[in-house]
Amino acid sequence: MSVTVYIPCDSAALSVGADTVADAIRHEARIRDIDVTIVRNGSRGLFWLEPLVEVEVDGNRTAYGPVTAADVPKLFDAAFHAGGSHPLALGPIEDHPFLKNQERLTFARVGIIDPLDMAAYQSHGGLTGLRRALGMTPEQIVQDVTDSGLRGRGGAGFPTGIKWKTVAETACETKYVCCNADEGDSGTFADRMIMEGDPFTLIEGMVIAGLAVGAGEGYVYIRSEYPHAIATMLAAIRIWEADGLLGDDVAGSGKPFRLHVRKGAGAYICGEESSMLESMEGKRGTVRAKPPIPAVAGLFGQPTVVNNVLSLATVPYIMKEGAEAYRDFGMGRSRGTQPFQLAGNIRQGGLVEKAFGVTIRELIEDFGGGTASGRPFRAAQLGGPLGAYVDDAMLDLAMDYEALAEAGAMLGHGGIVVFDDTVDMAEMARFAFEFCEIESCGKCTPCRIGAVRGRETVEKIIRGEDAARNVTLVEDLCDVMTDGSLCAMGGLTPMPVRSAIKLFPDDFDRPLRHAAE
Amino acid sequence: MSFSREPDFGTPARESDKTVTLVIDGQAVTVPEGTSVMRAAREVGQSIPKLCATDTMEAWGSCRLCLVEIEGQRGTPASCTTPVRDGMEVRTQTPRLEKVRRGVMELYISDHPLDCLTCAANGDCELQDTAGEVGLRDVRYGYDGERHHGDRADAIDQSNPYFAFEPAKCIVCSRCVRACEEVQGTFALTIQGRGFASKVSAGAAADDFFNSECVSCGACVQACPTATLSEKSVIEHGTPSRHVDTTCAYCGVGCSFRAEMQGDQVVRMVPAKSGGANEGHSCVKGRFAWGYATHKDRITTPMIREKTTDPWRPVDWDEAISFAAGRFKAIQEKYGKDAIGGITSSRCTNEEVYVVQRLIRAAFGNNNVDTCARVCHSPTGYGLKTTFGTSAGTQNFKSVEQADVILVIGANPTDGHPVFASRMKKRLREGAKLIVADPRRIDLVRSPHIAAAHHLQLRPGANVALMNAMAHVIVTENLIDEAYVTERCETAEFERWRSFAAKPKNAPEALAEATGVAAQDIRAAARLYATGGNAAIYYGLGVTEHSQGSTMVMAMANLAMATGNVGREGVGINPLRGQNNVQGSCDMGSFPHEFPGYRHVSDDAVRQSFEAEWGIGLSDAPGLRIPNMFAAAVDGTYKGMFVQGEDIAQSDPNTRHVQAALDSLECLVVQDLFLNETAAYAHVFLPGTSFLEKDGTFTNAERRINRVRPVMTEKTGLSEWEIVCRLARAMGYDMHYASAAGIMDEIARMTPTFAGVSFERLDRDGSLQWPVNDAAPNGTPTMHMSGFVRGKGRFMITEFVPSDERTSRSFPLILTTGRILSQYNVGAQTRRTENVRWHETDVLEIHPFDAEERGLNDGDTVSIQSRMGAVTLPVKLTERMPQGVVYTTFHHPVSGANVITTEYSDWATNCPEYKVTAVQVARANRPSDWQLELDELHETRYRTGGIEAAE
Repeated sequence: MSVTVYIPCDSAALSVGADTVADAIRHEARIRDIDVTIVRNGSRGLFWLEPLVEVEVDGNRTAYGPVTAADVPKLFDAAFHAGGSHPLALGPIEDHPFLKNQERLTFARVGIIDPLDMAAYQSHGGLTGLRRALGMTPEQIVQDVTDSGLRGRGGAGFPTGIKWKTVAETACETKYVCCNADEGDSGTFADRMIMEGDPFTLIEGMVIAGLAVGAGEGYVYIRSEYPHAIATMLAAIRIWEADGLLGDDVAGSGKPFRLHVRKGAGAYICGEESSMLESMEGKRGTVRAKPPIPAVAGLFGQPTVVNNVLSLATVPYIMKEGAEAYRDFGMGRSRGTQPFQLAGNIRQGGLVEKAFGVTIRELIEDFGGGTASGRPFRAAQLGGPLGAYVDDAMLDLAMDYEALAEAGAMLGHGGIVVFDDTVDMAEMARFAFEFCEIESCGKCTPCRIGAVRGRETVEKIIRGEDAARNVTLVEDLCDVMTDGSLCAMGGLTPMPVRSAIKLFPDDFDRPLRHAAE
Repeated sequence: MSFSREPDFGTPARESDKTVTLVIDGQAVTVPEGTSVMRAAREVGQSIPKLCATDTMEAWGSCRLCLVEIEGQRGTPASCTTPVRDGMEVRTQTPRLEKVRRGVMELYISDHPLDCLTCAANGDCELQDTAGEVGLRDVRYGYDGERHHGDRADAIDQSNPYFAFEPAKCIVCSRCVRACEEVQGTFALTIQGRGFASKVSAGAAADDFFNSECVSCGACVQACPTATLSEKSVIEHGTPSRHVDTTCAYCGVGCSFRAEMQGDQVVRMVPAKSGGANEGHSCVKGRFAWGYATHKDRITTPMIREKTTDPWRPVDWDEAISFAAGRFKAIQEKYGKDAIGGITSSRCTNEEVYVVQRLIRAAFGNNNVDTCARVCHSPTGYGLKTTFGTSAGTQNFKSVEQADVILVIGANPTDGHPVFASRMKKRLREGAKLIVADPRRIDLVRSPHIAAAHHLQLRPGANVALMNAMAHVIVTENLIDEAYVTERCETAEFERWRSFAAKPKNAPEALAEATGVAAQDIRAAARLYATGGNAAIYYGLGVTEHSQGSTMVMAMANLAMATGNVGREGVGINPLRGQNNVQGSCDMGSFPHEFPGYRHVSDDAVRQSFEAEWGIGLSDAPGLRIPNMFAAAVDGTYKGMFVQGEDIAQSDPNTRHVQAALDSLECLVVQDLFLNETAAYAHVFLPGTSFLEKDGTFTNAERRINRVRPVMTEKTGLSEWEIVCRLARAMGYDMHYASAAGIMDEIARMTPTFAGVSFERLDRDGSLQWPVNDAAPNGTPTMHMSGFVRGKGRFMITEFVPSDERTSRSFPLILTTGRILSQYNVGAQTRRTENVRWHETDVLEIHPFDAEERGLNDGDTVSIQSRMGAVTLPVKLTERMPQGVVYTTFHHPVSGANVITTEYSDWATNCPEYKVTAVQVARANRPSDWQLELDELHETRYRTGGIEAAE
């Protein structure tokens, strides 16, 4: 009888040798004449355990990890293919506290199935949402999404249902659904994990969005740094097309929905929705002034839904289980779950999907297990390179759009990057400006010149040149960038800078460093 | 300082039926819906600081200086990109805004050289002004950081002859890039790089401005708020101190300009936003190529000579005029009253033209007056008068903004009428559909963001066949606008036309051979024209300069009437007229059969009114047309000629015949700026004035009467009309005017369509489109609105008759002619400017297959031989040409394009068939005989006593 072995094909697993491990297992099985079926699944999101190999015995999956190719003969020796015990054995992975305490709705299938296996997709609840949506009016779909409380997971947190309603109500023959998969925030990987681990759910969400707003065409804009995600999405689209689920007649509904992949060209700013639209139109990725908003005049000037991967990938769950079911998770005005991404100096990095309301401390300490270095925690940056730093005193803040905003921080795309006590926060402020300098599209003045002057001025502070006066200048610059910038790139760069200055003032109070030093 | 630019409202005006009322700084303001907060504020005198916004292009929102606060709205939105809303409460000045603006300016100046006092834009710099407005006092960042100036500066790009690009001063507002895209439509410029490294680039990294796709329209220079793009004339001379509003003297678009001056020296010509024809845009000729006016070749002293082989003798005005008058009188005594005549100039003002035709009719006592429209748009006058009742186009240029389908026939607007082409291209980018009918693949067929829906690449000479085929489709597929035709057109003539068009011989399939265009393409184009919404026809000399030129004009008129496309905005029949005042010269009675206002000389009432006004009896017999004059001269019955500002020896067809005619004259008087080709045969040279010295009016292709104002005194000491009056007096006819305004008063008094026109009115209202009279007191932007001028529109039968000029084994190719952007007409002006750098010589364009058959390579010298003669030119291989057709321009006299053109002409108006000449092309190793003779002519006929030969 054949044994099924799951070895992730997710980039995170590949980066630590999953392909080599798969080759080794295949090789070893052949030598030992053991009938092994290898399934390449997505990642469960426990990155410190990757490559995480699972063996299915009698319908139960036992995990081993992190596995290297060198471990493989010993694993066979230990009869891992029959669930045998071994130092790398982790038992049923669902029981691992990191996973057990999560609430996986969007990520329900990620890491479990072969991402391109339509039968597995359906047997795990896939397409149920789309089938239900096909029986609903566009208004009903929009209403359900609105009622679910789903907000834009790209970072802005704008209610998805309201955005869809605007597009649905803008009378126009040609409309588009655009998925922003230009996941550029440092320490984030949730979009990639969806595209590599369960691309069908994203496609299903986009088709439903198309039905809801009357769009017959969709685009997924994927950053070029995600070659595996691009390949998986393209393969997934071909499968859907072959199954009649994409094309001129979606699942026999008579309604068209065609889906295309567009590859980014290596610019962070193209994750900003209007720059993304410019880039998709074949132009330089620069920010558009609003109004008009994309919902009214987006791609090629047509009404366009622009949503993040996570927002769209959550829609099938809402359609399947109902608005109420999703809405029951969360707190305040932040409903449902958020896939948090733990990164940086953290012992257990990975993906944690959890209802809103979980505290930063729970994420970093309970799930993440503290710093990887073992040194004391000093700061964490929430929400990507434009997000604020939090210090130890803020760790009991609940993950909730409003609560974080009140504390001067933001959730963003759900990334958390952890730093221990060796971090120099003036260097981090310098880095915030430098990042903006490198990634600014160059259209608006506060961002184009401000980022450079900010970096230069923080460098003066670091050198101890007139530190107090220059801190004032940086704070003034932050006001200009916040109020004056055209988009969030320049507008939010002050967030990490201000929080660093506010929480860690000592790092900015420097004596003059002499040339000789 | 009295100099200032035109007011800038920051964002374009919006047109809307709905208005919105908002409150700005406590002041209520009502503006059309869609207006920006910035513009609304400017309307009530609140000028919000700005750098990237300007009202000739859409808001961009990048400088972040124009931020405002809006009650109930988060943050500080940019006023340029925020449209007004009812009840909005806006504050344009608060401590928060003040801080942001000063902070933004501090950033700008931290990357800008501080050489204001020695900068070309000193006193005319928006960056400088805005720094003042926002109260910038300190740049706390210092000047030693990253920068684009000083030791880090990119080199200044001096490659363009007219303007310099100094990247060190760029603030990356993108106004130049957007001007190139939105205003000009060339897309030559871009921003390259990103973030702080963003910089303006003329295309690929290796491109400088001159080698790029830039067409030097000047829109970018105009748009630049700093000294980054500066006119070299300003760099050389400084900022202007005053300006005079005037009109360009190049093509029939008739752009309004501000001549910006220091003393009586022009510093730069800046297109006027208030100009109805151009609304702030320009091309390389009007904007930059005005240096000919003070070129060293200019003759400013009258000259005479006994024989044309004598050297010229400079004399004073009295001697020159009495010499000319004496000769003319002597000729009339010897050969009769009708042995002299004259030609008016389409380059001169209405007033100057009017006076010359009066000279001929009243002082010469005959109607031997013609004008260069004879060789360009005379069929337009004939065709449109016959069908609609007026000898002019039906629309204003702005009308194109309402067009849904644009049919361009025999015109190359991006070269010939570039400022209008930019307007057309803007509409095309908005989605209007384009049909191009032209043997060549002109730029409009495919250029950035423009693609013709149909390019009907017809054979030269097959225009009428093409129109008939389109008419056939419209008639047989029931695409007629029956209600329109029934209400507005003559029924019997329509029915006759309908059955004519329906004849099988007019089917696209039947005419495919004649037109060279596939039947299905003609069918598709006809359907689009008839059903695509507002359909407008724009055409040029590719329509008129044919043996069936007048037929073709009527064929187009038929098509427009049949589909209901005349009499409102967005439609019509629009001739793109060649010269600045060709419309005006026709209006002013320059034709041998017509008094001013297109009224026949045999009309007793009209003639008597002129007899009363001029105090002399007038002939009721039409005089000679230009070709008749030449023929009569060769026959020996026509002996004297007054030629005002036209170089007939170069521009008229069959040069050898023209030369023979001119050589036979006993008195040729040439009035011109330069000793042109015609002057080789002249006995009297009366120096003329450039447009910078003229006081008067030009009438453009949209019937718009624009003022031409002198910015300097006449370099010759006399206005041209005064010289003509003196000549009339010397011939014994008393003709006096106190001023150019007085001439216009007489024109208005004598011409019903001009009744409401006066200098005083034009100076007050800017411009007027005739008819201006009691029925249309504010002029007539769109003609035939409530009915055709002639009453009912008249369909004309347009039988296709192929030209007599046929290809044969000896002459297998068809030569057609045209022009290019940088040069103008016979080149007398543009050849005397830096524009020659774009087009130093005329070339023969030929398809690579035709070239290969003849063993020709790019750049080879070839002989072009027609039945009339031969010339030699360099050859250029290009797939713009269809096989079997070759093309050249006629901007350089030595090219002698008209040595090979024939004497075939339009059956109705004698407009020459310049566009169809059968030729053979072969490799040559020497100039043609004619070209060698021309060299000799230049050596012998241009000698001047005591002065060096010109040219």
